[in-house]
Amino acid sequence: MSVGNVLLEVKDLQATVEGKTVLKGVNLTVNAGEVHAIMGPNGSGKSTLAQVLAGHPAYTITAGAVRYRGRDLLDMDPEERAREGVFLAFQYPIEIPGVNTTYFLKAALNEIRKHKGQPELDAIEFLALVKEKMKILHLPEDCLKRSVNDGFSGGEKKRNEIFQMAVLEPKLAILDETDSGLDIDALKVVSEGVNKLKRPDNAQFVITHYQRLLNYIIPDFVHVLFDGRVVKSGGKELALELEERGYESLVSHELQPA
Amino acid sequence: MTSIEAHVQQPYKYGFVTDIESEVVPAGLNEDVIRLISDKKGEPAWMLAWRLKAYRNWLKMSEPHWPNVKYGPIDYQAISYYAAPKKLPKLDSLDQVDPKLVATFEKLGIPIEEQKRLSGVAVDAVFDSVSVATTFQAELAKYGVIFCPISQAIREHADLVQKYLGTVVPYNDNFFAALNSAVFTDGSFVYVPKGVRCPLELSTYFRINASSTGQFERTLIIADEGSYVSYLEGCSAPMRDENQLHAAVVELVALDRATIKYSTIQNWYPGDEAGKGGIYNFVTKRGKCAGANSKISWTQVETGSAITWKYPGCILQGDNSIGEFYSVAVTSHRQQADTGTKMIHLGKNTRSTIVSKGISAGHGQNTYRGLVKIMKGAEGARNYSQCDSMLIGDKCGAHTFPYIDVRNSTAIMEHEASTSKIGEDQIFYLRQRGLSAEDAVSMIVNGFCKEVFKELPMEFAVEAQNLLGISLEGSVG
Repeated sequence: MSVGNVLLEVKDLQATVEGKTVLKGVNLTVNAGEVHAIMGPNGSGKSTLAQVLAGHPAYTITAGAVRYRGRDLLDMDPEERAREGVFLAFQYPIEIPGVNTTYFLKAALNEIRKHKGQPELDAIEFLALVKEKMKILHLPEDCLKRSVNDGFSGGEKKRNEIFQMAVLEPKLAILDETDSGLDIDALKVVSEGVNKLKRPDNAQFVITHYQRLLNYIIPDFVHVLFDGRVVKSGGKELALELEERGYESLVSHELQPA
Repeated sequence: MTSIEAHVQQPYKYGFVTDIESEVVPAGLNEDVIRLISDKKGEPAWMLAWRLKAYRNWLKMSEPHWPNVKYGPIDYQAISYYAAPKKLPKLDSLDQVDPKLVATFEKLGIPIEEQKRLSGVAVDAVFDSVSVATTFQAELAKYGVIFCPISQAIREHADLVQKYLGTVVPYNDNFFAALNSAVFTDGSFVYVPKGVRCPLELSTYFRINASSTGQFERTLIIADEGSYVSYLEGCSAPMRDENQLHAAVVELVALDRATIKYSTIQNWYPGDEAGKGGIYNFVTKRGKCAGANSKISWTQVETGSAITWKYPGCILQGDNSIGEFYSVAVTSHRQQADTGTKMIHLGKNTRSTIVSKGISAGHGQNTYRGLVKIMKGAEGARNYSQCDSMLIGDKCGAHTFPYIDVRNSTAIMEHEASTSKIGEDQIFYLRQRGLSAEDAVSMIVNGFCKEVFKELPMEFAVEAQNLLGISLEGSVG
């Protein structure tokens, strides 16, 4: 396990959506170079945590703080977070008819590059980059010519998310149930892609329902989210324990002493 | 307010007034006013007779109220029917154009000075009731192409005007067409001779400047056998509290194997946020595919006007003729648009394509109204219609009224329609990738309109995209 510099620090984070409290005090620390898995049953707040970190306007933060690379993350617009290296692979990637995938991704990458003070890539440089990244995901080339996620199969959408991640090279990648809806072959491709993108200076934050994904993406830490709180943290063996015993027994066991 | 609703309100960019000495005839409409207009234009007697016939018919007609728009009564006697800058150049000397007029068009992005002209585009600049400059006339004449103000054509090409004027939109076609026929002041005339592919894009820019006036332009385009022409019109007006009437007529005639491509970028003043002021754009546009294998294609990007009422259509008379209509109509603030097309199939194996994109934001109301009529003799006719509506915010509306009238059983008709809402989720998705909220909306809207934009001449596609960006800027925050 690597102990590097702190990338993300979540303290007592509480959030509501449509008047309902979903996060009730989440605490987490993620260092550069680490892979964290967040597991938990339906409705435990996993996706909310992902959306809140990315800055979705539908959620209201009621308490707590999030520091990202030394800055107040909650104070930043969604686009600023993205330009600072926060990437969310959506559980349900959004379709945008008529907007060409290459065009969109080039615009996004250039926004990020501008933010970093790097020169923008022209069409030729961008296409060269894209060709190289597509190999990682075994993505058919025509996906790039189509509208963003429009008419993509479930598996293509998920692969497209990881492909975007490969192009944008985030510091903190949040993968929200990227495994859902993938068959075993697609799961392998996506996981290999994610693993190849792992670097000492970035971190991955993998949200999943099932242990299955963690056979391919090996986490350094596993956290169990239940009813809006992290109730247990451990190493990768915790995921196996959960698979065997289920959330209920673990959670009731954990909550009894309280 | 949701983040999307916050995006719509952006000031109108072309709302300035040119301070220029104008001759404006007193408000009111009667036969004397029509005689005065005809006299000012130096028209022959047949033209005046036609105007008076139209006027007498108009008196018996009533304003149509079937469109899905609401507005107060129009006082036709409170409008001045002729306004023109006092210092007008001689027709053949562009260098004499009043510098104020040159500056006005320059500000609108329409350079008419010799050295600054848009390459590849000939421009006719119409200011209130008169054409003030037409560029590249001599260049076009080398190819036999006539491109001039219609008032000049009436004097110099009377045979062509008499042969075709009113043959597509008769003087008594409808209330506003009859009014236009009586009082029309300027507009463009185009004739492309047999077998000539017009070497330049032709373009007319209409500017309303004087207050309490109406603009009634008339455009007539004739493409002779085997010829091709692409024509674009643009328009804008100052910001005023009053409503100003713009009632134009456009007639297109395509003979055997001729193609006319007609594009419009309409940006009349739309009124303010509360719906005060703005242009009433009540326009009759129609093309006749008179010859076999001819083609007329309408492309319109409608972002302006308080009220829009127009249905550019095609009469597909020649066998194997083709009619197309590509439209983007944007209504924001309190704008109302009732627009669409009419495709009348008469000839055999005639084909028509309709692609309509309506975007509503703010309190805007957007109506698509289209008629596809397959007449008895139109064996093997085909139509494809696609009407998509996009809603931004929750106080606007989209309405669709497709009329289909088929009298020949061999016809093949397809109609697709969709309504979508720009979702917070779409915007969030793009912002999560690093794009600003404004860029996100503009990207989504341009994506929605792409099928129409690709029909615009290259020189104007970018302008249209920017225009759309401006109209919708501020609707997401």
